[in-house]
Amino acid sequence: MALFNFHKNTFKHGIHPPESKDETRGLPIRQFPFSPVIILPMAQHIGTPSEIVVREGQEVVRGELLAKAVGYLSVPMHAPVSGIIRKIANVPTISGKMSPGIYLETFPSSTQEVLEGKPIDPDTATAEEILQGIQDAGIVGLGGAAFPTHVKLKVPEGKKCETLLINGIECEPYLTTDHRVMLEQESDIFTGIKYLLKATGAGKAIIGIEANKQDAADHLARHIPEDLPVSIKVLPVKYPQGAEKMLVTSVLQKEVPSQGFPIEVGVVVVNVATTAEIGRLLPHGSGIQERVITIAGPGVKKKGNYRIPVGTPLRFVLEHVGVDEDITEVYMGGPMMGVAVSNLDISIVKGTSGILVFTGKDVSQPSKTYPCIKCGACLDACPILLNPSKLGILAKFEAYDEMARDFHLMDCFECGSCTYVCPSHIPLVQYFRLAKRVVRKRQAEKKEEEVNV
Amino acid sequence: MFKKTLDISSSPHIYKGRSTDDIMKNVVWALLPVVGFSVYSFGWNALWVIATATLACVLTEHVLCKLSKKETTVQDYSALITGLLLGLTLPPIFPLWMAFVGGVIGIALGKYVFGGLGYNVFNPALVGRAVLQAAFPVAITTWHPAFLADRFSTVSGSVFTWPFMQPQFDAISGATPLSAFKFDGITASTAELAFGQISGSTGETCAILIALGGVYLIARNMMSWRIPAAVLLSAFVLSGLLYVINSEVYPSPFFMLFSGGLMLGAVFMATDMVSSPITPIGLWIYGGIIGILTIVIRIWSGLPEGVMYSILLANAISPHIDKVIQNRVYGTSRKIKTI
Repeated sequence: MALFNFHKNTFKHGIHPPESKDETRGLPIRQFPFSPVIILPMAQHIGTPSEIVVREGQEVVRGELLAKAVGYLSVPMHAPVSGIIRKIANVPTISGKMSPGIYLETFPSSTQEVLEGKPIDPDTATAEEILQGIQDAGIVGLGGAAFPTHVKLKVPEGKKCETLLINGIECEPYLTTDHRVMLEQESDIFTGIKYLLKATGAGKAIIGIEANKQDAADHLARHIPEDLPVSIKVLPVKYPQGAEKMLVTSVLQKEVPSQGFPIEVGVVVVNVATTAEIGRLLPHGSGIQERVITIAGPGVKKKGNYRIPVGTPLRFVLEHVGVDEDITEVYMGGPMMGVAVSNLDISIVKGTSGILVFTGKDVSQPSKTYPCIKCGACLDACPILLNPSKLGILAKFEAYDEMARDFHLMDCFECGSCTYVCPSHIPLVQYFRLAKRVVRKRQAEKKEEEVNV
Repeated sequence: MFKKTLDISSSPHIYKGRSTDDIMKNVVWALLPVVGFSVYSFGWNALWVIATATLACVLTEHVLCKLSKKETTVQDYSALITGLLLGLTLPPIFPLWMAFVGGVIGIALGKYVFGGLGYNVFNPALVGRAVLQAAFPVAITTWHPAFLADRFSTVSGSVFTWPFMQPQFDAISGATPLSAFKFDGITASTAELAFGQISGSTGETCAILIALGGVYLIARNMMSWRIPAAVLLSAFVLSGLLYVINSEVYPSPFFMLFSGGLMLGAVFMATDMVSSPITPIGLWIYGGIIGILTIVIRIWSGLPEGVMYSILLANAISPHIDKVIQNRVYGTSRKIKTI
């Protein structure tokens, strides 16, 4: 297939959903008010949940450590506001499960000044010290995955990181947080890159930005510090370019091996908002207390980009921005990969990049499901070149093992492009999510059996 | 201030908003000019034949759904397409009862027994036609000249033959360019072929209108451009090669491209999504098989035309092409599976 390369500067396939970014792209980031109560689940990241180190009734200062990391694949959590620990109990989470957490009551009259810790100097700190600092700041991937960043940055033995890719793609419709961060926090981003270059040992950094954010690309290009090996690459708009593997292909024309990470081709990818947060927090030695979130969708009155304290209850957020009476669906994240919220009593977590509110008339429910007519639209959409049509048929017969063995099911990263284009409205990616879970479970069971034998 | 409950669904939460019946509807739009020209050139005869075949298909689909106590599927337009396509492949003075039988068989045996839309192995319209070809070899090869002066005033007697009776054909009958070539060695000019100044099946004569319908569907991303490209290219290359070797015996590649049902087959029959492969490489192979087989049948077999059998054969091979040819998945190296 490499006979002709029509795909310069982008990856193969993908889709072009309506961008729907116009309403919030021009709105500067605004500080959100402090909610009277902050609800903090301990499982906000991929890995082991944090372990609570405060007790009920204790007064805490904004930025103070509330919970510590447990092991390597874990991060600590800091107080998003100054206040008093009202209760340590199970709190609701987006998955519907209750998870251990903290109810923190905000001091109404506090100036909410942030407690500072031990600063990390990018010029003198070692790679290990920076990685430790990133973990101590509680930083996880702010693009939505919430994977502990220090783990991702750790280059495995025998591998070398040549390029640091900063992900400023933001390909999800509606979301404009990365766009605003790039326009408003250029110095944080470049400071963050300085830390990241040192932590990974990469010789250069490239910031990938989609062409619909040309202003952000121009703005960053004007402010690149002279001593920093950073370049900016503007890429054609296409979903899901923000996925790590797709971005690596778009920028470097390399493919990340199946089931592997970008480091296999000498690349580490970090989200631009995460980079800015590293650049903002590490010089002060403080931890994450808040994050930038786009609040948009047809049901919202005061749309915008807000800096919201982690743990702010969703109900408080929606009451503050004002929503229509007849809202029917609320999503956390973008419309392509975001999760529908069943309960407004959950709170903002570190991985929340957007809150989208839809009313009944705006929700585009597919009308009727037809049989697969093998039109191939899903094959033309799938960015990793799977055969969703075939996978969908196999999923109907619950042939999950065959899907994984012969049709690369486990390579699917659930971008949803197949479901988006399917004219027969077959819930393809939904099938695959289920199938992947079953396969993973079976694999784990098999492993357990082997251990027991 | 909020409703008590929120709806939840699994992402994605937005959709492209195209549905299968949209695609089918557009295929019907693309076919209408072809139907229109057919009636224009062959008169009421053609209209009767096409309408009967269409009615048979839609009716059969509806009745079969009702008989198996399922919701009727006629509103997805696929039976309508099958009917139109079947009608367009029949001679203009074809007896209506035979056309009706063809429609019933096409839907019942070609589509329904396999499980309906999405599951048929063969193109249902061609299944219907293949049965008619075997059952009524004379009627299906009795052609009628186009642009007769009385085409809008009289209807040929053979059209209204009583069921299970042998039709009496009028004295005037016209040879198709392909049969004229096969049996008399006469070839028609490309211009005549392209603009439908010839005899043939009701819908195959005007190659230009058929191609335009294809362009419309391809532009709307509702048809694979690879199939017609592969069919026409392979047919052109093979017949061109033969023409270069001996232009005395073999007709020009342009004649081959524009005559008979090749254009109709390449654009509207071979491109049936259900019965064709799904990967790009698979589509090229599939189209190539059809193009080459058509030329081989036309030149070396006893039949003047071979598009129908070529497509049916390729339909049969198509699941196997899909089994062997899969896309190279991102981050892996290609491996050809053995069957």
